[in-house]
Amino acid sequence: MTKRRDFIKISALGLGGAAIATSGLNFAGSKLMATPQGGEKVKGTNLRRFPTYCEVCFWKCAGWTYVDDKDEIVKVIGNDEDPHCNGRLCPRGTGGPGMYNDKDRLKTPLIRVEKNGEQTFREATWDEALDYTAKRLKEVADKHGPECVALFNHGSGGKYFGDLLKAFGSDNIAAPSFAQCRGPRETAWIATYGEAVGSPEPTDIRDTKCLVLIGSHIGENMHNGQVQEMSDAIDKGATIITVDPRFSTAASKSKFWLPIKPATDIALLLAWIHVLIEEEIYNKEFVEQYTYGFDLLKKHVKNMTPEWAYGETTIKPDIIRKTAREMAQAAPAVIVHPGRHVTWYGDDTQRIRAVAILNALLGSWGSRGGFYMKESAHLPKPKLPPFPKPKRNWRDAYPGQYNLASLALSSGICDATIPSSNRDCSFKAWIVYGTNLPLTLPNINNTLNAISHLEFMVAIDTMPMEVTGYADVVLPECTYLERYDLIRTSPHREPYVALRMPAVEPKYDSKPGWWIAKKLADKMGLGDYFPYDDITELLDWQLKHIGSSLEEMKKIGVRKLERESGPLYFTKGEEIEFNTPSGKIELFSNELAAENFDGIPVYTKHPQPPQGFYRLIYGRAPMHTFSRTANNANLTDLMDENSVWVNPKVARLWDLKTGQKVWLKNQDDVVTTYPLKVRITERIRWDSVYMVHGFGHSKKELSRAFGKGANDTEMITKVMMDPIMGGTGMRGNFITFLTEKPEEVES
Amino acid sequence: MRYAMAVDTRKCVGCSDCVVACQTENNVPIGFCRDWITETVDGTYPNVEIELRSERCNHCDNSPCVRCCPTGASHIVEGGVVLVTHDECIGCGACIQSCPYDARYSHPDGYVDKCTFCMHRVEKGQKPACVDVCPTKCLYFGDLDDPNSDVSNALRNRKYKVLAPEAGTKPQIYFLT
Repeated sequence: MTKRRDFIKISALGLGGAAIATSGLNFAGSKLMATPQGGEKVKGTNLRRFPTYCEVCFWKCAGWTYVDDKDEIVKVIGNDEDPHCNGRLCPRGTGGPGMYNDKDRLKTPLIRVEKNGEQTFREATWDEALDYTAKRLKEVADKHGPECVALFNHGSGGKYFGDLLKAFGSDNIAAPSFAQCRGPRETAWIATYGEAVGSPEPTDIRDTKCLVLIGSHIGENMHNGQVQEMSDAIDKGATIITVDPRFSTAASKSKFWLPIKPATDIALLLAWIHVLIEEEIYNKEFVEQYTYGFDLLKKHVKNMTPEWAYGETTIKPDIIRKTAREMAQAAPAVIVHPGRHVTWYGDDTQRIRAVAILNALLGSWGSRGGFYMKESAHLPKPKLPPFPKPKRNWRDAYPGQYNLASLALSSGICDATIPSSNRDCSFKAWIVYGTNLPLTLPNINNTLNAISHLEFMVAIDTMPMEVTGYADVVLPECTYLERYDLIRTSPHREPYVALRMPAVEPKYDSKPGWWIAKKLADKMGLGDYFPYDDITELLDWQLKHIGSSLEEMKKIGVRKLERESGPLYFTKGEEIEFNTPSGKIELFSNELAAENFDGIPVYTKHPQPPQGFYRLIYGRAPMHTFSRTANNANLTDLMDENSVWVNPKVARLWDLKTGQKVWLKNQDDVVTTYPLKVRITERIRWDSVYMVHGFGHSKKELSRAFGKGANDTEMITKVMMDPIMGGTGMRGNFITFLTEKPEEVES
Repeated sequence: MRYAMAVDTRKCVGCSDCVVACQTENNVPIGFCRDWITETVDGTYPNVEIELRSERCNHCDNSPCVRCCPTGASHIVEGGVVLVTHDECIGCGACIQSCPYDARYSHPDGYVDKCTFCMHRVEKGQKPACVDVCPTKCLYFGDLDDPNSDVSNALRNRKYKVLAPEAGTKPQIYFLT
């Protein structure tokens, strides 16, 4: 019997066990900051190239940074050997130099001081800023315990600060990418298949015969490898079914577009399950061999007919049947995509559970054209002193709640920073790395209230994002094009390693994340947890363990390794034990039931917008990543503000014109700080509006982004909490239009 | 030899990667572009269609920009590619007015600029930067006279159209529909 998940674990342990003691690391006394000398000359040009992997989004495509003879970065091009991008970066990756060239970058460490009764930042040396940070963090720890310090992070450098925090005595390490994004998906997948979906998603789109997207707008989200494979699938004539209240780009490529009434997706999913079971077109062999709870599921969906779902979703019964049959016909080469940003209505774990169940009925898990069995490269870890055991963590703020959250909740830590009489300790200090919390967490006033209760906050970023304005210390990181980071080992069809190295010296007085964390550790007496002078020593040591070296990786950038965990797909009849309570794929979840949640998803009605209000749906544009690219000159050149999409019928009611500026007001009377342009389009339902997330920046230091477009996060004051894992459902907010500038409201 | 390009509108997602790649490859100043994305929306909700097109100079066989150029800066080279010799261009803008595709812009340095099909790359056996970067592989470039070229293969079994055929310019960018 194969235990695929455990096998990977064991293999990781095996390598970990091979890690030699720190003293065994042959660390040459190298320069503190490796300089980007060399680089491979590009024939017939004045250019040299250096390997990197992209940091403009989380997909982390590997590429080459091209530098001219004046040491200027001219372009970044994808690495042909990298399966994340296949030599083709997306517009954001191609526009990466805009991040490096941005004149608004953070240039030097800053310390908050009071001057003539006003708070302001003063420029500081690194020594000063790090000494001060170390001192303030220690003060918080002395007074309240180190576990009252939390880290919020996004991106490659988060690991260094996570290690620092663990060494300090706190494991409150959160990323908004969990509770504000893909957390419900991972919890649902663990409950069903015993493992998380992970990133990149192991969707075998290139060989699929049928791709089902539920609110997932591939092509507008530029999850590069997936966009590429969707294009391959279109070439091969695959059927695409898109469920979305908006006519997304993906919908325009689809054979079936189901313009669903928002917040009713679970009804559609249960009806699809009903059709597969009632018409007996589910994958019987797969269900029999691998799943648990089929009879309970069958009973559960008995009355959930397409006719019933029609009343909820507005999707016609014959379309529901037809699309279910399309899926069954393609099975097992079918993907009902688990999505990525799935924190919508608070029952998100259950919605994704329904997606997971649907996939199981189709037998797509472990099948060609469905989901492949991913594998990552495993690198040895240097032997570190043991981390102190924290006395408590964020979970103690929520006794009995969110037990199935597999990672820390950003929103949970934020809420638990606001002092409350029924908690014995709140968070007192935050370290914020690479995440712009006021534009990321819902309910900005709540976030700012939490920040106001902090005794200390340090922000590490490349740009003067809003969050840096609230920090006591701001530490400027150099961009990914100017630094080394850890070897990328994210999973794919085969395990790969990818190197990021600097192509140029860091601009201004900015430093790499690893250097900042290590120096801070030194000053806090935790230097033993960073057993290297320069990170290249660690990288070279790790690479040599897998038969490569830093020297080799500088030349090739990406290297493919052999799979160790068996074939890419389940073999016929293969016996597999899944990491669930029953050892099977759980159609009925014992894990959820044990926590007193529904073992099988139940559809509940959600509020619909009142008269004169419209549901706010937000999403992505292909040339931007959240709020972090809104000041990148190469990318603002393509799109420098967002607009609000309004159906023509609605526009007529309000007498709106395309290009006209409006302010949005939500159900709680919150008005956007800035107006945004109206885009009248047939691409959106009449009960909803749509806007791209990440605009409406309020920080003047972001000269191109300041005041451009509106910030959707301001409108997200109502949060529909997922009781299972603490996800913040953000699509239950309704807005109306203000055509005239509202009077200044007290903030 | 006749260079041409085909754009598969069924695959293009309108991400504008072609635009950024062209800007960085050809050092196009911020605020200008040699290629761009057009989106057309037809129908009424929920019966809607979108066409997304990556557009650029059509390198027309019958090119009004070349005919109207007073200095001869705009000219046609082997393979039918329309180019502008920057130091012969006086920046009068007649070509900009004459182009039915709005494919040319005035460069801040005083000359008119536009897509070159990346001839500096093509001469070395590479493809134009936009073609090489496109994540959906919706751009096909090559020699129409070569039946095995990417563009010939792309056009062989598909319906296609050109933009503004009524202008009589004989454009060489083909849109697969």
